[in-house]
Amino acid sequence: MKHRQDILFKNSLGLLSWAFIAVLVAMILSLLHMSGLAWEKIGFSFFTTSHWNPVKHQYGVAAFAWATLVTSLLALLISTPLSLAVAVSVTELMKKRAGRVFGFFVDMLAAIPSVVYGLWGIFVLVPLMRTQVQPWLFENLGWIGIFSEVPYGVGILTASIVLAIMILPTMSSLLREVFQTIPLTQKEAALGLGATKTEMIYLSVVKSSKSSIVAAMVLGLARALGETMAVTMVIGNRNDWMKSIFSPAQTMASLIANEYVEATHDLHLSALALVGVTLLMISSVIQLVFRAIYARGRK
Amino acid sequence: MKHRVVTLIRIVINYLFAVGLVAHANADSGLRMHGAGSTFVYPLFSKWFSVYQKERDQTLINYQSIGSGGGIRQLIDGTVDFGATDIPMNEEQLKKASREVYHFPVTMGAVVVTYSVAELTSELRLTPQVIADIFLGKIVKWNAPEIVALNPGLALPARYITVVHRSDGSGTTAVFAEFLSKTNPEWKEKVGTGTALQWPTGLGGKGNEGVTGLIKSLKDTIGYVELTFALSQKLPVALVKNPEGEWIKPSLESVLVAAANMLRTIPDDFRFTITAAQGSGSYPISGMSFYLLDSRLKREKLEKWNESLKLLRWMLGAGQEYSQALHYARIPKPLSEKMLRRLTDLEKVRK
Repeated sequence: MKHRQDILFKNSLGLLSWAFIAVLVAMILSLLHMSGLAWEKIGFSFFTTSHWNPVKHQYGVAAFAWATLVTSLLALLISTPLSLAVAVSVTELMKKRAGRVFGFFVDMLAAIPSVVYGLWGIFVLVPLMRTQVQPWLFENLGWIGIFSEVPYGVGILTASIVLAIMILPTMSSLLREVFQTIPLTQKEAALGLGATKTEMIYLSVVKSSKSSIVAAMVLGLARALGETMAVTMVIGNRNDWMKSIFSPAQTMASLIANEYVEATHDLHLSALALVGVTLLMISSVIQLVFRAIYARGRK
Repeated sequence: MKHRVVTLIRIVINYLFAVGLVAHANADSGLRMHGAGSTFVYPLFSKWFSVYQKERDQTLINYQSIGSGGGIRQLIDGTVDFGATDIPMNEEQLKKASREVYHFPVTMGAVVVTYSVAELTSELRLTPQVIADIFLGKIVKWNAPEIVALNPGLALPARYITVVHRSDGSGTTAVFAEFLSKTNPEWKEKVGTGTALQWPTGLGGKGNEGVTGLIKSLKDTIGYVELTFALSQKLPVALVKNPEGEWIKPSLESVLVAAANMLRTIPDDFRFTITAAQGSGSYPISGMSFYLLDSRLKREKLEKWNESLKLLRWMLGAGQEYSQALHYARIPKPLSEKMLRRLTDLEKVRK
């Protein structure tokens, strides 16, 4: 026997959830509709070329897609070990009170608007990269190839560092929640077998949360792929292939933010919508891949 | 508990009513005009509209500074009552609008070349040719013979030039690119004119602030920004050689002269640009900003059409007094007289 109240509750929540999906579908459809013209005029070569010349109506997304992937993955590479370290220290190593305060401050990072990250990037990180980090790497490791570029300060690596800080709170707070749910008995078992504290953390905390770490990476990556404002301010906005990780470049999101407002030609607008479609496709594929890894990890 | 909820709902409803009534009262007492477009004119327009509203409390004018391109787009779609743009609409856009869109140049500005080189104590002098070569990536060092030849007294360093341009689509870029296309065949062929370009070299900064930020923090840089912005931020600006062979410092006066020198060649529809203007004293990278008057209003919203004509009269007359203080150049008298005559014609048509 069901209560009327329960039925009402269930239906109204169900309706709301479906409304979200409907909005998503509507957005995808309108994006596809808007990008139709570009697809018709340019076709598949849009994805394989990297000319972006609004004056001559040549559009290609390849270089931007590549820069988007590189900045996001680099950010993930920096942020994953850091967020693991934060989560482990807060849950296992610090005193409860200190951990809570520390965690609070890390979470605060999520509340900072991205334009503030961008400004911090321009005024603090960029000069530091230009005068200290880049010249040093160039002189000592320039032979590797990925560090060779005139030191501008703005570029791929600077954007990745800003992104890494931006996704850190998302990742670390999720990991913290997971680590807190690990049963005490599991830790005691490790210690009982003679493990040191370090070994215990590795065996019963980190190793047993592998799939959650992947989940945290998915969340972080999703944020990094779409981040616009902060990236636009520090990436240098050069519409060309990156030559090294110091090269000024342009991501798909920053390109849209830069050009959409002043795009007057229909094809230009449509090409920007197609960039949006590409971004959507890439994030979906990455989500699916990570989800597959996650599912395998759980088995 | 229940009582509290009821009270809360009552407060909310009362509030909504109050807001609704206020909005209703406003809608009753006057006209609401919506416009969109150029970000360049925004500071001047806000001043204008707030003064205009005070003088004639019947009209509320709402202006969204979404960029010239966006303004033109919204005007064509008919979602705004007027537009504002830094570049006149092109044939393609006019065809798309499929109705008359009257252009009225209401204010002027310019694009200046700014730079940051520690050694430079006095102003840099540049010809259109050298500017084009720097932005094409052909002149790469500050002590290149082409630059030294123009600036014999200056200590130019043997360091690389970093070019900074706008990364966002912008009327400023369009004016700058149009000037280079007019004066340099290679630029015209390789890069061309538009609000967004495929830049052969350099870094992109978002907005005047972004470009200035990069120029100041990177050093040995060169870029371009709006004159108003350079004046208010007191940035160093380069003197540019005009078609008459004179070195001209960008200023409100030299922009006004550029427009005044073009008067004889201005077409009847007022769709014109003043880059590389002939005549003595003209600053060559000057630009006009246009108020776009939609003929659709005449048919569909006569009240707004009449109000637009009044507003334009005011902008070209009393409104011009506010330009100087905000670093905008005034419209030369003969030009505004020509436009006022056009307004009189339009007023006649309506009767």
